[in-house]
Amino acid sequence: MAKFTKKRGKSNPEVSTASLPDIIFMLLFFFMVVTVLRDAEIKVTNNVPSATELTKLEKKSLVNYLYIGKPLDRFQATYGTKPRLQLGDKFADIPDIPLFLEKHRASVPEVQVPAITSSLRVDGKVTMGVVTDVKTQLRKAGQLKVNYSAKKRVD
Amino acid sequence: MARKRAKDRLKQEVNAGSMADIAFLLLIFFLVTTTIDVDKGVLVKLPPWSDEPPPEMKLNSRNVYSVLVNANNELLVRGEPKDIRNLRDDTKMFIMNPRKQEDMAEDPRKAIISLKNDRGTNYLTYLEVYNELKAAYNELREEEAMKRHGKSFDFLSSDEQREIRAKIPLVISEAEPTNFGEEG
Repeated sequence: MAKFTKKRGKSNPEVSTASLPDIIFMLLFFFMVVTVLRDAEIKVTNNVPSATELTKLEKKSLVNYLYIGKPLDRFQATYGTKPRLQLGDKFADIPDIPLFLEKHRASVPEVQVPAITSSLRVDGKVTMGVVTDVKTQLRKAGQLKVNYSAKKRVD
Repeated sequence: MARKRAKDRLKQEVNAGSMADIAFLLLIFFLVTTTIDVDKGVLVKLPPWSDEPPPEMKLNSRNVYSVLVNANNELLVRGEPKDIRNLRDDTKMFIMNPRKQEDMAEDPRKAIISLKNDRGTNYLTYLEVYNELKAAYNELREEEAMKRHGKSFDFLSSDEQREIRAKIPLVISEAEPTNFGEEG
C-alpha cells in the first residue's frame, strides 16, 4: 500500500502565487511607461486621413498639437458647424496661434527649440481654406516644422 | 517569557498578500488611461514667411510639374486631368526622365513640383496628393540607394544619405490657393 500513500502526498502542493505580484508589477510598469495622459479633450471631429509616407514623432515634449475639424455635436450650438481650430483644450482663432506657440516654446529648453514640431491633426473632411490660414499663421510665427498627422495605410 | 514573545512579533512580516491587489488596481488604472498613441504623419517643412512677394524666377517650363487640385477634388497635372492612381509613377517618370524626353525635367536637381489647390479642396484629397508626390521622391531615393550601394536608403550612413538627397532633392513648392470653391 506504500504506493498509494506516496501519490496522495505528491498531489498536495499548490501552485505558488508568490510571484503573482511581480508579474502584475511588470505589466504595471509597462503600461506606466507607454501611457500618455491625454492633456486635451478633443472638441472637434478628428478623423485624420491615412497616408504611406509617415514619419514618427519621437519626443512628445517637443510637439504641439493643433486640431482642426467640425465642432462636436454638443458644441455646435455655441460654435456652429464650420470647421474650427482647437488649441490645447479650447476653441481658438487663427490669431491665437503665435501666443500658443510661444507658450510651448517657453516650456522647452532653448537648445531644443528648433526641433519643435507642430502636429496638425486635421479632419479629412475639412476644406483647405482653414488649413491654409493656419499654415500661413504658422509660417508667420516661424514654426516651419509641421507634421500632418495621418494613419498608416496599407496598400 | 515576555522576551520570547517580543522576538516573535519582530519576526512577523507585513502581509504581502494584498500587494497583488494594489498592483492590479494601478494596472487597471493605467490600462484604462493608456492610449498607445501612434503619433505619425507626413512631415513637411514650410517655407519661411516674407512680406515681400517672391522674386520672379525664370524657370524652364519643362522642369516644372504643376499639379492643381480644384474644389471638386479633381486633379489637373500639366494641363491635363489625371487620376491620382497614376500620379506617383508619372511624377517619378517626370523627375528622372529616363528617356530624356523634351518635355520632362532636364535633371532631378532641376525638377520642381508645383502644387496648387483651392480653398475648397478637401484636406483628405490634398494630403493624398501630397503623399503621392512625397512617395515618388522617396521611391526614387530608395532606387538610387539600391543602385549605388545595394542597400536600402534607411540603412545608409548619413553621408551617403545626404549625397542621394542632394542628387534627388525634394522640391515641392506650394502656391497660394485659389478661391473658387465653397468652404465648409
